[in-house]
Amino acid sequence: MAYNSSLDISFDVRGGLFMRQVHHWAALLFVASIAVHMLRVFFTGAFRRPREMNWVVGGVLLILAMAAGFTGYSLPDDLLSGNGLRIIDGVIKSIPVIGTYISFFLFGGEFPGTAIIGRLYMLHILLVPALILLMIVLHLFMVVVHKHTQYPGPGRNDNNVVGYPLGPVYAAKAGGFFFIVFGVLALMAGFFTINPIWNYGPYDPSPVSAGTQPDWYIGFVDGALRLMPGTFGDWQVEQNWFGFVFTFNVLLPALVPAGILFTVMFMYPWIERWVTKDDREHHVLDRPRNAPTRTAIGMAGFVWYCVMWAAAGSDLIATHFGVSLNDVTYWLRALFFIGPIIAFIVTKRVALALQRKDREIALHGRETGRIVRLPHGEFIEVHAPLDEYKRYKLVGFESPEVIPAIPNEHGVVTRKEKRRALLSKWFFEDRVAPATPAELEAAHGHGHAAVEAPEEAKSLSH
Amino acid sequence: MGNHSDGSPNHSGTVATAGQNEVEKFQDPGIPPHRLRLADTDPKAAKRAERQVALLFGISVVGTLIFLVAYFAIDLGGDESTIGTIRLQNMLLGLGTAFAMLGIGTGIVHWAKALMPDHEVSEERHAIRYEEDRKAAVRIVDDIVEETGIKRRPLIRNTLLGAVALAPLPAVAIFGDLGPRPDNKLAHTMWAPQDGKLKRLARDPDGTPIKAADVTIGSAFHVIPEGLNELHEGKLNEKAKAVVLLMRLDPASLNPSEGREDWGYNGIVAYSKICTHVGCPVALYEQQTHHLLCPCHQSTFDLTQECKVIFGPASRPLPQLPIAVDDEGYLVATSDFKEPVGPSYWERDMHERSINS
Repeated sequence: MAYNSSLDISFDVRGGLFMRQVHHWAALLFVASIAVHMLRVFFTGAFRRPREMNWVVGGVLLILAMAAGFTGYSLPDDLLSGNGLRIIDGVIKSIPVIGTYISFFLFGGEFPGTAIIGRLYMLHILLVPALILLMIVLHLFMVVVHKHTQYPGPGRNDNNVVGYPLGPVYAAKAGGFFFIVFGVLALMAGFFTINPIWNYGPYDPSPVSAGTQPDWYIGFVDGALRLMPGTFGDWQVEQNWFGFVFTFNVLLPALVPAGILFTVMFMYPWIERWVTKDDREHHVLDRPRNAPTRTAIGMAGFVWYCVMWAAAGSDLIATHFGVSLNDVTYWLRALFFIGPIIAFIVTKRVALALQRKDREIALHGRETGRIVRLPHGEFIEVHAPLDEYKRYKLVGFESPEVIPAIPNEHGVVTRKEKRRALLSKWFFEDRVAPATPAELEAAHGHGHAAVEAPEEAKSLSH
Repeated sequence: MGNHSDGSPNHSGTVATAGQNEVEKFQDPGIPPHRLRLADTDPKAAKRAERQVALLFGISVVGTLIFLVAYFAIDLGGDESTIGTIRLQNMLLGLGTAFAMLGIGTGIVHWAKALMPDHEVSEERHAIRYEEDRKAAVRIVDDIVEETGIKRRPLIRNTLLGAVALAPLPAVAIFGDLGPRPDNKLAHTMWAPQDGKLKRLARDPDGTPIKAADVTIGSAFHVIPEGLNELHEGKLNEKAKAVVLLMRLDPASLNPSEGREDWGYNGIVAYSKICTHVGCPVALYEQQTHHLLCPCHQSTFDLTQECKVIFGPASRPLPQLPIAVDDEGYLVATSDFKEPVGPSYWERDMHERSINS
């Protein structure tokens, strides 16, 4: 029924295929836009007070967007999405105690039954969109109350908001952007086929096409399912305890990585606030390099997500690059653990290096590419000093310091406070301070020795 | 007399000085002076930008026309309409919409950037009075808690907690009976003999029975139970449990364990096609290696070891269907599966024990 109706819309209704294509591409882009927006908010520190709750609302919107996508994806009742539901059913059945019941309640009996499409339809057209609308209202209401954050730069501070007024320029640009996005979606829908259900056929529990993939935003969970080994030699990960089945080979990968990602994501504003003891309101954003540890944490999480996401295409990676499927899986299993660590270290070093480069440019000016030979024969490259606006962008940031454990009002350093101090050290011990006017003075007035930090400061940092 | 600006990192890798907060900071120079655009100073440039915006809006009109022509001129109802016509129309609709939308969008943005006033304004933020509101709210809550006396009367508190914790149990019981109960439905499939008659193995999807003689070494069949296609209700539900893969190997390469020696016939063996991981069909048979591979999550099963998991996320072997040959030479299932098929579930072990008792 549902499959027939989808084919009807595609082939017998004028422009129906076009509408379905635009709808599917738009859904994919919708989740992608939310993801990109959240990355921007995280890496620039826009989640800091007073916007922590809006960060949480945004996270809820991400989950709702995924729910909207998945329920819609399943509606045509085609072979691909049917196998997706089959996987969902398998994951639900792995839940201890109530899993079998939830599966039977959801599908109205045994899988696949006849109830599920109608139920997903209600979720897709009514419940999930209503919740999304509610959350968007909340999200935008808070934006109006808090006003927008602003990127750091001359003339911008935590007490003002600099930018174009809402009307007409800002409204025109945002409104124009709406049409541009629509146009790009129309191009994609016109030229690139998405989800050709007529090739897949209706759902049937027996056949399956090779190279099955969920829509991209569900990929990280599917990839985690693929990465988990079900057996170690003859030892089964699935366990029978007390006469009941604990399906750890499904339960762990389906719940744990996504659980960790979302928990850390939702709690991060408060974690950072606790570590930095920074309760102030922030309206000026951080350049990601100026918060190296946060940026590194974000990249570690991002890489972790991407490893799982790539694992959802392990079979396609293997066939496209002509490598062994098993090797791809082994590599991705290793990257699942070491990828985030490498990402953390590399990102932090890159951020610190960029900060040092900023100092260098602020103090010595930019390279002009002009080589001059001095009378005694030495060659130097002439550096041009920055104007004060450009310089301010490089030096006008806060660089939080390590806050050692502080005794509470009873004069006791609690264990929690000690942990906080350790984290604070881990966050900020190798921080780079912004250049100061005195340093600039020194850089211009004297030889390079004066630019070096005082010896005692150096020893503090390592 | 060194050159202090050679950019080597150890010159600028300066670290924090203690008490950095006291160190003098650079003064904020304020918003950079506004720079006029070409269109602000040169009326010709302004006129040119105006024409460009109008041109972009004109392109949008053309796009809408393309859409309308493609929509009405291409007839899908005719006999000669094919997938090719649909594709062509879809492409033209996309092209038309793209021009229509991109024309308006880029036009408006260009208008805003080139012609609308581009003065950035600085507006004071009003302090958001969180702290006072929060403290007031906390005070109110504290007062309420204090007046109830719940902290001073632990007996009331504890009995209340106990009562509230137990109160939802009736709801759980009622909800548990609202839906269809699993019972032991997952433990049985259509393969169980009906009225003493053994079920024949039939081809998927047409349902014709398979003769043992038709199964040559190296071949594989997708199998459903005889009579599945004639079901009026719940056909997909039964199929989702009953589908089987039938393969014939050299009997010497099979190593049946004790009690399963007569589950195959002359090297012909049948295994459940539903993956024990999360239930996808294990549809790929690698004839050379005797491996079965699930395309969803790449669980790999070895036929020569009774479909033991040799790779991937599945934890249990595929269940084997005991088969034999009837008087007319057709393959039949001598019984139902000896364990529940498909993905694991909480009561699975219990069901397996009750099947075998």
